[in-house]
Amino acid sequence: MKAFRGRPGIFDSVTVTERRAELDVSDLSLSFGGVMALGNVSLSVTTGELLAVIGPNGAGKTSLLNCLTGYYRPQKGTIIFNGKDITHLHTHELVKEGIGRTFQNIELFPGMTVLSNMLLARHIHCKYRLGAALAFLPSVRREEVAHRLVVEEIIDFLEMQAIRKKPVGSLPYGLRKRVELGRALALKPKLLVLDEPFAGMTLEEKEDMVRFLAEMNEEWKQTMILVEHDMSIVMSISKRIVALNFGEKLAEGSPELIQNNPEVIKAYLGEEAVI
Amino acid sequence: MEFFVQLLVNGISIGFLYGMAAMGFVMIFKSSSVLNFAHGELLAFGAFIFLTMVTWAGLPVYAAFLISLTGCFIMGFVIERLFLRPLIGEPLIYVIMLTVGLAAIFKGLMLLIWGGNLYIYPDFLPPNLSIEWGGINIPPVYVLSTMIGLLFLVLLGLFFKYSSQGIYMRSVADNQTAALSLGVHVRRVFALSWAIAALVAGMSGIVLGIINGINVHDLSSVGLKVFPVVILGGLDSIGGAIIGGLIIGLLETFTGGYLSPSLRDVVPYIVLVFILLIRPYGLFGLVEIERV
Amino acid sequence: MKLQLHPCGNFKERYEDELTIFETDYGRLWLAIGLSMLFGAVPFASGPYLLYVLNIIAITSIAAIGLNILIGFTGQISLGHGAFFGVGAYAAAILATQVHFPFLLALPAAGLITAMVGMVFGIPSGRLKGLYLTIATLAGQFIIEYVLIHWDSLTQGTRGIVLPPVSIFGMEIIDERGFFYVTFASLVLMTLIAVNIVRTRYGRAFIAIRDNDRAAEGMGIPIFQYKLLSFGISSFYAGFAGALWAYYMTSITAEPFTLGLSVEYIAMVIIGGMGSVAGSIYGAVFITGLNETLRWLTDIFMNIDALQGAGLTIAPLRELVFGFAIVFFIIFEPRGLAEVWRIIRSSFRLWPFSY
Repeated sequence: MKAFRGRPGIFDSVTVTERRAELDVSDLSLSFGGVMALGNVSLSVTTGELLAVIGPNGAGKTSLLNCLTGYYRPQKGTIIFNGKDITHLHTHELVKEGIGRTFQNIELFPGMTVLSNMLLARHIHCKYRLGAALAFLPSVRREEVAHRLVVEEIIDFLEMQAIRKKPVGSLPYGLRKRVELGRALALKPKLLVLDEPFAGMTLEEKEDMVRFLAEMNEEWKQTMILVEHDMSIVMSISKRIVALNFGEKLAEGSPELIQNNPEVIKAYLGEEAVI
Repeated sequence: MEFFVQLLVNGISIGFLYGMAAMGFVMIFKSSSVLNFAHGELLAFGAFIFLTMVTWAGLPVYAAFLISLTGCFIMGFVIERLFLRPLIGEPLIYVIMLTVGLAAIFKGLMLLIWGGNLYIYPDFLPPNLSIEWGGINIPPVYVLSTMIGLLFLVLLGLFFKYSSQGIYMRSVADNQTAALSLGVHVRRVFALSWAIAALVAGMSGIVLGIINGINVHDLSSVGLKVFPVVILGGLDSIGGAIIGGLIIGLLETFTGGYLSPSLRDVVPYIVLVFILLIRPYGLFGLVEIERV
Repeated sequence: MKLQLHPCGNFKERYEDELTIFETDYGRLWLAIGLSMLFGAVPFASGPYLLYVLNIIAITSIAAIGLNILIGFTGQISLGHGAFFGVGAYAAAILATQVHFPFLLALPAAGLITAMVGMVFGIPSGRLKGLYLTIATLAGQFIIEYVLIHWDSLTQGTRGIVLPPVSIFGMEIIDERGFFYVTFASLVLMTLIAVNIVRTRYGRAFIAIRDNDRAAEGMGIPIFQYKLLSFGISSFYAGFAGALWAYYMTSITAEPFTLGLSVEYIAMVIIGGMGSVAGSIYGAVFITGLNETLRWLTDIFMNIDALQGAGLTIAPLRELVFGFAIVFFIIFEPRGLAEVWRIIRSSFRLWPFSY
């Protein structure tokens, strides 16, 4: 098998309807026993877009992502994805719908190798049934090889060739974040949701990650929602930003607009520091 | 009617004992999330120590009682020190299966020492403890078990609410790492929770022994009945344990009395399956919010 | 094609090569030799007692593999494996006597029935995270025990059921040697199936649930269904083994299928090695060997008059030894005999430069 260089095969269908990701969130509300985490948040994402969600700690960013990926159940509001109401679907059903995510505090399988972690993400794309698997029929073997190929392409793209057989538990933090991104990519998501992918990284690691994200978005039109604290990164790679504070949407717009929005500045810098 | 009331009284007092046994179980679960499958053996251990002290050593009842409770307390400490401590930080599944192994060890040891026969304690309870009320006679043991059950409920409640060790235990139960970083001696908390659990278990073992006689197999099977009790009451609720115990105790005695004695021992488990179907976190348990 | 006996690195050129069960041809060669020895030489070289022990080992191995899929791979504990083994035995006995199922059909049918009975207890607990399945199977153990004894019209209560002799395609199998082929052929088949489960998406999903159930859900794995599936597979293995056991024993009562038996199976999985298919077989060998040794000791003690009392008290010793074995392995070698074997093997391979 010749070595792979270039863009992973799963991105071949860039323009096809298969990659369509139209997300529409309206009036989303979530509270935990009286504490409001989200209040009437509305936003939308269109195919090929990179939307950044920013906000101070406790603004409800992660709560929003957890609602989108089915970990929390919103009390009010609807989430429409590609014309389908997905508000009350379970996490694993949402993954089938095409919403993949990474986690804020890495949630990998520490005992498994990088390769098995990523192969696991191919689970939803495995077609074979239990009966075939029990006998390990040639069709199962062929399919496993095909999935391995996809995973290897992603490994090449993310420059992880050297660590593919290492157990994830033995990797440094920055690499684990990268493995998690790779695993989410292996899901072949229509909409990729990234929860603070830069947190706790060194400068070099951040640069690599920005490169990957920018390439994914600009070259292959991967639709993404990015939650991030690091303003310089957010301002540089996103076209549109949503700012949250105390569970409510403060502002939405281009990076320049957000940067100069008095409400946002107030939320970040405090009451007195109005410029 | 008399039969009914007799069963009622019977059920309530057995229920208090189940509840007490379950309290010890819940304590271990709360502090270290371990399901203790050796709980019945701790019960039997207490009963047998007391038996040995009373009959073989011929000690007066109060002394024997104190010695057996101390013995159980120390036993809990030793178990934690010898078997549980090497496993701190290991996956929970190992710890739980360890308690399955411990149960087998203790059962084997007790069978070796005391054999599988049924023993009874000499009659030592003062007869004036019994209650005559209309045509109904409540024997002293039942009065005793109810009193002890209530006493321990109050004591443990106070312990958790006000004593510093009790507060440490609650903190460890909530978040082990955070408690550790605040200077709580987590290992001591584990040891103490095992010791107290063993003490409470031994206590209920002794009283159960007075009611039903002492037999290794019977008493250790009570330890498994703790599971329906705690599932009913909610795995993490001390008060729920007592109420769950009462419900199971009543259910058992009524089934035994009205339906069939052989069904008696299975009924708690049938209830357990239904509770898991209907209200899986128990009547008083909390549903946890998971953060991702 | 050249045989790959001891390659000094990974020279594989196709991804298919990494999907094989054995890394090298060396392992495959040993397997071929081992299997031909097992079926060609062992049944003729050993006496009836040894064959009996081997048959028991094969049957318990099948059940232990099933439990290992649940405990070792999915991270859920079943305390009802002994009872499920019993359900399989009774299912086979009832199918054989009342519906006149042939042997080859009765085995998988018993397995399926057991899997379904298992699901009844698995369904309420599967939705919950944590170890609720353990508690539900504990209830299952007691309820099944009760049903086996008290559903008189179906199970004939304490009198038990006598099974017809085994016949495969008109061939009657009566002696130990004949059974040897039946049990070990079943064991090889069930081991292969287990290995296949483990190396496909199902095995990966089980391991993912064991390691991190939240992330598994985030990868599109429906946890409830897969926990249930794992439990169903494990019960199927128990039922299959139980059916084999019933045919082998020719008559069954409800007596052996107690919580003690369930604990015995847990001991096998722990001692053999959680998360290792081969380990389950090592565990079954170990525990069966231990059982036979203890029985042999009891027999000796019983035959010496002076020690007859000691012989009587040796029965609880079994429980004690099991307990100690479980505790010992969990504390000192939690990955069991499979790990011990791996260490021994690799130290041989690297000898004399083992560091």
